[in-house]
Amino acid sequence: MAKPKVSSDWCAGCSGCHMSFLDMDERLLELVNLADIRATPFTDLKHPDEDGVQIGIIEGGINNLTHIEVIKRMRERSKYLVAFGDCAVFGGVPAMRNFFDLQETLRYAYIDTISTDESGKIPNDPEVAVMTRVQAISEVVKVDVFLPGCPPSADAIFYTLSELAKGRMPKLTGDLLNWH
Amino acid sequence: MATQKITIEPVTRIEGHAKITVHVNDDGSIDMARLHINEFRGFEKFCEGRLLSEMPQITPRICGICPISHHLAAAKAADQVLGMTPPRPANLLRELMHHGQIIQSSGMHFFELAGPDLLLGFDADPAIRNVIGMAEENPELTLKAINLRKFGQEVIAILGGRRIHPTFAVPGGVNKTLSPKERETILADLEETKKTAQLGIFIMKGWAERNHKDIDRFAVFPTGYFGLVNPDNQLEMYDGVVRLVGQDGNELVKFAPEDYLDHIAEHVENWSYLKFPYYKPMGWPDGSYRVGPLGRLNMADSIDTPLAGQDHKIFKTLNGGKPVENTLYYHYARMIEVLHSIEKIEMLLQDPDIMSTDILNTKENFQGEGVGCLEAPRGTLFHHYRATEDRRLTMVNLIVSTGHNNYAMCKSVDMVAKEYVKDHGITEGMLNRVEAAVRAHDPCLSCSTHAVGQMPIVIDVIDKSGETIQTFSRD
Ligand code: SF4
Repeated sequence: MAKPKVSSDWCAGCSGCHMSFLDMDERLLELVNLADIRATPFTDLKHPDEDGVQIGIIEGGINNLTHIEVIKRMRERSKYLVAFGDCAVFGGVPAMRNFFDLQETLRYAYIDTISTDESGKIPNDPEVAVMTRVQAISEVVKVDVFLPGCPPSADAIFYTLSELAKGRMPKLTGDLLNWH
Repeated sequence: MATQKITIEPVTRIEGHAKITVHVNDDGSIDMARLHINEFRGFEKFCEGRLLSEMPQITPRICGICPISHHLAAAKAADQVLGMTPPRPANLLRELMHHGQIIQSSGMHFFELAGPDLLLGFDADPAIRNVIGMAEENPELTLKAINLRKFGQEVIAILGGRRIHPTFAVPGGVNKTLSPKERETILADLEETKKTAQLGIFIMKGWAERNHKDIDRFAVFPTGYFGLVNPDNQLEMYDGVVRLVGQDGNELVKFAPEDYLDHIAEHVENWSYLKFPYYKPMGWPDGSYRVGPLGRLNMADSIDTPLAGQDHKIFKTLNGGKPVENTLYYHYARMIEVLHSIEKIEMLLQDPDIMSTDILNTKENFQGEGVGCLEAPRGTLFHHYRATEDRRLTMVNLIVSTGHNNYAMCKSVDMVAKEYVKDHGITEGMLNRVEAAVRAHDPCLSCSTHAVGQMPIVIDVIDKSGETIQTFSRD
């Protein structure tokens, strides 16, 4: 039987969840035997396979329109979608932005900060993403597995992925279910 | 009058999302190429009103790749705001953690992100041009690379309880001592780790010899070079003064981090969420400089640990004593720094104060303002805070490592596109080289996008009127 395919991407997070993935250390080599790692931020394929992957993983919540595209594509192409880490699960630290007016936040960063010179302006070229309210990914697409933690531990990641790769639904309990 | 636009998105094997647009003229020549950093998170604004003591926990969430940089820079800024100078042992322990991070972060970049280009080749099949392909090609080396990163992460976890987003530094010091047993644990793996770093340098040297043609035509250009030094102008990662040298390698200025506003300003372009810091007296863009491993090794006169010191001397001869301008030598410089950090850890562990219990100064002398500065793996990081006496933040300004390299990354992308991408027969390997121009700087787009987060690369082909003709996203 072909190994189940896995793909991942990151949105409004800090990359820490993916670093915790690497913290599986030598178990990474074990994981490679269990699953076929496709498009991820560490590899060179750009998008999840068009004919689908077994496991799709998203780190980070949504804070711009590009993220919505990324997440919808991952949803369409994945059998199981994993919300990876607190940011994906409920918005996390980046969602603190929602306490402020978005334009004011942009204005501060690109015009009012004391080190910004007179060229200050809010980037608005068609090439740059349009910012939105910060959302958990389940607010936009259906999520099959919530894997909380900031970041989730390497043990929790290994357990979740190996269960899914074997076709079982992971049951996160005890130390694996971590909210900090 | 069609100029075409090629888009590469996302740029892979970098930390974060970016896109590159390459504008192609009718005659097939390249008009220009741009790197767009495509994310904004707004930490500076949303930290307003938070408690100062929360900052060493909130700001690491800017970046899970170098969370320790933000953790420690926040603590250093908070020390100053409260006027609580940490006792010497606390500073030693913070420094120990910091070097753990440099090893894990730079080691990972060398072997796991950029490594596949070096070990498997720029033109290798993208489906295997990654760390897994490397594991299949050379499992022994891959295991060594994994263990190098693990060593750095374990130093962090021993001190801070966990590898990513630990709790350790607090205003005035740290919250945990180092036990004799923990010290032994770190020492036990030190020699092995040193060997892996030396192996990395050896691999890089061999690669450089075989590929010097690529190295010499791949984004070679002059800039200033910027970083922290100790009083002897030697490389300093945790605490020092900023030194900037010019294109010729001569010192332009030296200043205390607290005075950064007199010397650096940030320029904004509307096509990127990442700002462009530059040296104020020379103005934008002439005052642009490079940071991170290449910037630091060009800027520092020497390195104060024996093995890395020796390699630094060799590095200094690469361009006949002048600053090394070749972007691909970032990888070389990065491994020399990893070796330096391993040697530093060894020195710190020999220090009689390292297991002292005098780790926290609780006497406050409120100042209301502070600048925390250190050399993150990717370059100089500034956290600048102002707070009221009840410890609420009224102002936060962050200048992150990757930002300083924004000009250099954009310039490299433009140069490499002009050199390698031809209108006819654009190949995946050529596009990968354009990406590699970004990757060499090891940009941390998580950091860059504190203000800015994601880094997919897209190559768009654009015509003179700005219309997108074609988008390449390489899948
Ligand atoms: S959950 Fe935590 S570690 Fe993961 S992306 Fe968010 S801030 Fe980073």
